[in-house]
Order: sequence, then structure tokens, then C-alpha cells
Amino acid sequence: MTQDVRRETWLWFAQRASAAVLAICVIVHLITIIYATRGGLSAAEILARTRGNGAWLVFYIVFVLAVAVHVPIGLRAIATEWLGWTGSARDWVLAAFGVVLIVMGLRATWAVVL
Amino acid sequence: MRVNSIGTRHYSARRRPAYAAFLVHRLSGLALALFLPIHFWVLGQALRAEAALEGFLRWTDSPMVKAAEWTLVLLLAAHAGGGLRLLALEFLRWRDWQRSLLAIATAFTVLIGLAFALAL
Repeated sequence: MTQDVRRETWLWFAQRASAAVLAICVIVHLITIIYATRGGLSAAEILARTRGNGAWLVFYIVFVLAVAVHVPIGLRAIATEWLGWTGSARDWVLAAFGVVLIVMGLRATWAVVL
Repeated sequence: MRVNSIGTRHYSARRRPAYAAFLVHRLSGLALALFLPIHFWVLGQALRAEAALEGFLRWTDSPMVKAAEWTLVLLLAAHAGGGLRLLALEFLRWRDWQRSLLAIATAFTVLIGLAFALAL
């Protein structure tokens, strides 16, 4: 198996595995959004629900990590198929975007849970 | 519609409902990818102070922002529904059920959209 094929196979697997995790996370997130927005959103309400809650901390860390895997691989397919952008520059840019998502996502988690 | 060498008829992929599902999945994914950094940045405002987050939430009370919020929730539901359909097609070999899966994905999107609209 060439290195390219091995990388594509690994990316395919990572995309599906992260999608399976995200399917659960997104359903929980959608239910939470619908529940939380009844009667309007307020910062106090959001933070009262999330602050100091270990279960939400674990949930959002898993959510952020799955997003940071899933999004760059999805954008990679769009860059390749719609923009014709291939090569290592594309992969480095998208990997950097994944790192940005991890940093911003964990910062947001820190802000609302801790 | 084209007829191939063994005489079976098949439709161009671009004319099938599956192509519409592919486009919805891809475009909703792209929109969500662009929205995510903004979403994280807004939540990160709570690090500065609860008031900063509250200030942003009050801005989202305007009808235009509410419409954008509703669109984003709908896009998230559509992407999740379409993603579940793809996982089922790839791992459960439910190809004969493709139309049913499309209907389920659409119904899931509509259900979430309506529920969120009622909650707003």
C-alpha cells in the first residue's frame, strides 16, 4: 500500500469515526438548543447550566475534538473537488484550521464550563 | 437519461435526488465550518465576563439575527440528517432504502427546524 493510499484510507476512516461521534453530539446539542431557547436565552441561564458541570465538560471536549477532525477533512474534499486545490499546502492550511478549531473550541468550553 | 452498452437505462447522477442530498450536505457543511470559529469566539466572551456574553445574546434578539440562527440550526439538522444517511448507506448496506433514508433525513431536518422555530 502506497503512502498516499494509506493516508486517504486513514482520512476516510477518521471522517466516518468522527461523524459517528458527532451524530450523537449534534443530537444532544440540538435538543439542548431547543430546550435552552424556550422563553429566550440569557448568559446567566446558560452559565448556570454549564458551570462546574463535569459531564458537560467531557461532552464539549469530545464534541470539539470530533469537530476538529471532521471539519478539515470535509473542507479538504471541497478544496480538492471544487477548487482543484491539491498538495501539501492544502493539507497544512487545513491542519492549521483544525488546530484553530481545537484552541477556540477548548477556550469556549473553558469559558462556559469552568 | 442515457442507455448504456448492455441496454440498461440509467439517469445522470446530477438528476437524481441523491445529488440534491449531496449538495445540501456539502453546502450545509461548508456554512457550518465557516460559522464555527464565530460560535466559539462568542462563547469565549464568557471568559471576560458574563456581561459580555449577555450583551452579545441581546444583540441576537433582533429578527434578522433570529432568522440567521434558525437557518444555522436548520443547516446543522440537515447536515446531521444527511450524515446519518451516508453512514447508513456505507456501513449498513441499505441501498434499496435510499429513498426512505432521504425522506428520514428530510423529516429530521424539518422536525428540528419546526421545534426550534416554536422555541424561539
